[in-house]
Amino acid sequence: MMSNLTRAERANAMVIAGTGAFIGLVMAAAGRGDPMGAHGWIVLAFCGALFFVVGSAYEDPEPTQDRTASYYDDPTKVGILIALFWAVVGMGMGVWVASQLAWPDLRFDAAWSSFGRIRPVHTSGVIFGFGGNALIATSFHIMQRTCRARMPDQVTPWFVLLGFNLFCIVASSGYLMGVTQSKEYAEPEWYADLWLVVVWVVYFVLYIRTLARRNEPHIYVANWYYLAFILVVAVLHIVNNLAVPASLTGAKSYSAFAGVQDAMTQWWYGHNAVAFFLTSGFLGMLYYFLPKRAERPIYSYRLSILSFWGITFFYIWAGSHHLHYTALPHWVQTLGMTFSVMLLVPSWASAGNALMTLNGAWHKVRDDATLRFMMVAAVFYGLSTFEGSFMAIRPVNGLSHYTDWTVGHVHAGAMGWVALISFGSIYALAPVLWRRETIYSWKAVEWHFWLALAGTVIYVFAMWNSGITQGLMWRTYTESGTLAYSFTDTLVAMHPYYVARTFGGLLFLIGACIGAWNVVMTIRRMPSETPERDYPTSSESREPALPAAE
Amino acid sequence: MDIPHEWFVGFSKSFGLFYLIALSVGITAYAFWPSLGNRFDKAAKSILDDEDGPARGDDGSDPEDEPCR
Repeated sequence: MMSNLTRAERANAMVIAGTGAFIGLVMAAAGRGDPMGAHGWIVLAFCGALFFVVGSAYEDPEPTQDRTASYYDDPTKVGILIALFWAVVGMGMGVWVASQLAWPDLRFDAAWSSFGRIRPVHTSGVIFGFGGNALIATSFHIMQRTCRARMPDQVTPWFVLLGFNLFCIVASSGYLMGVTQSKEYAEPEWYADLWLVVVWVVYFVLYIRTLARRNEPHIYVANWYYLAFILVVAVLHIVNNLAVPASLTGAKSYSAFAGVQDAMTQWWYGHNAVAFFLTSGFLGMLYYFLPKRAERPIYSYRLSILSFWGITFFYIWAGSHHLHYTALPHWVQTLGMTFSVMLLVPSWASAGNALMTLNGAWHKVRDDATLRFMMVAAVFYGLSTFEGSFMAIRPVNGLSHYTDWTVGHVHAGAMGWVALISFGSIYALAPVLWRRETIYSWKAVEWHFWLALAGTVIYVFAMWNSGITQGLMWRTYTESGTLAYSFTDTLVAMHPYYVARTFGGLLFLIGACIGAWNVVMTIRRMPSETPERDYPTSSESREPALPAAE
Repeated sequence: MDIPHEWFVGFSKSFGLFYLIALSVGITAYAFWPSLGNRFDKAAKSILDDEDGPARGDDGSDPEDEPCR
């Protein structure tokens, strides 16, 4: 894979990896006795390993591949495999966290394995590790195809992919050591945040550079969704993580905001992380892979534009619905609530657009589990956005907030929508990327589909029941005006649902493991298909990119 | 410089409202502008068959070296 880089590119990559290793060494030396020092060693090991991987291929002959004839897919392939790895790790941690709630002894009394530390490993593992890598990999694929242009160079995509994964590793290892900013989905400390800014800006520039080289006059709608994801996440990440480090040699920092401003900034970030990390980019995936797999153009391209701008402009205002009945000014709460309800329009426009695209191709949905993954993802997208708008209404939130209903809602979106569209896209992508005739086992895809669907439904129903029970018990008063139930009473009532939720999550995890195995077996065992098109030709042969008949 | 809370509220409720309405009208007009239908149909179909590699000029030259046509 590294021998596809020119010697100059290999040298560049080694300089970057060497610089990273040096920074790691400085962190390790300066942060002695602090978790930052441990992170320094991790950075040093990661960058050092990359330095030697590239370095061992440095003396290989220059590549003969004709770069004008093919897209650059190596980082996409690696990204897909890393995404599947994180899926297994992140969902595995999820099952463990869920088990701890049902059976607290499963903490095993260690500090690192406490609920507060492994829960963010689960959330970051699935959102950033699995979701982020799936987004980056598919965006590399889609930007080149829809632009009919190869990426401008071969080092930048590797920097983005591996740099992002270094962030994920530093983040999750930090949680286990107790390093956290205590901000939901923004837990990593200041140096990890700074590193992500660098990676993210390079990602944005790479996308723009590819678009600038495009040979299609119109920028396909999926690219708009991916660009919104990249651009807005950069803005959110920078603003919410503004902080002053307590010392430059330690991990601890203090937020630039205080009190209700801090809460508002965090939930402006938190809700838009859902909007732009967990929705916008995945809609890009949906708008590309669903029409492609169904072999039908999207039902209404006009509607896809309208929903794009609707989502982009409405979502950014919705975050304050996380702070109903708090010190936040009442009108700001009402603003967030109103925009959350309005969001139903663009959300359902996208979900409806996806389902209408399949209208007339239901036999394909029946026969093809890959397409079924995407169809069910669109249904769950419609369901969870309806639920989200509903829960944002202040009196409804009075019942649902702080209960498991919220957890159920998030998982309907994360499992039913985000994970299913990602798995569907990965199954559609794997044979194309690795030039295999088909996926290794279609039966395994079916198993994965039904396990994932059953797991999601069990999980979501358990949390609905648990959340509403919990919410009602909290607000039940006796005749004398005191609370009827103690907190422990609610825990006892929730226990069976916690067991059910763990089981649902376990089914989902088993499905993900089958999926990862199936993709690996596709790469290793399936006979390769000689593609009629888009195959790299050597520059010496001066072969035409397309067979002469075309 | 001290900007009072009331000023922010007034600004959000007046300018904020009208600029969002203007954006909505503008985007809806663009998305449903009749003469753009052809372009959108072409775009929707463009992804169905896109595995034939980067586009090349008729003379075998690489159009990527030029800015977007």
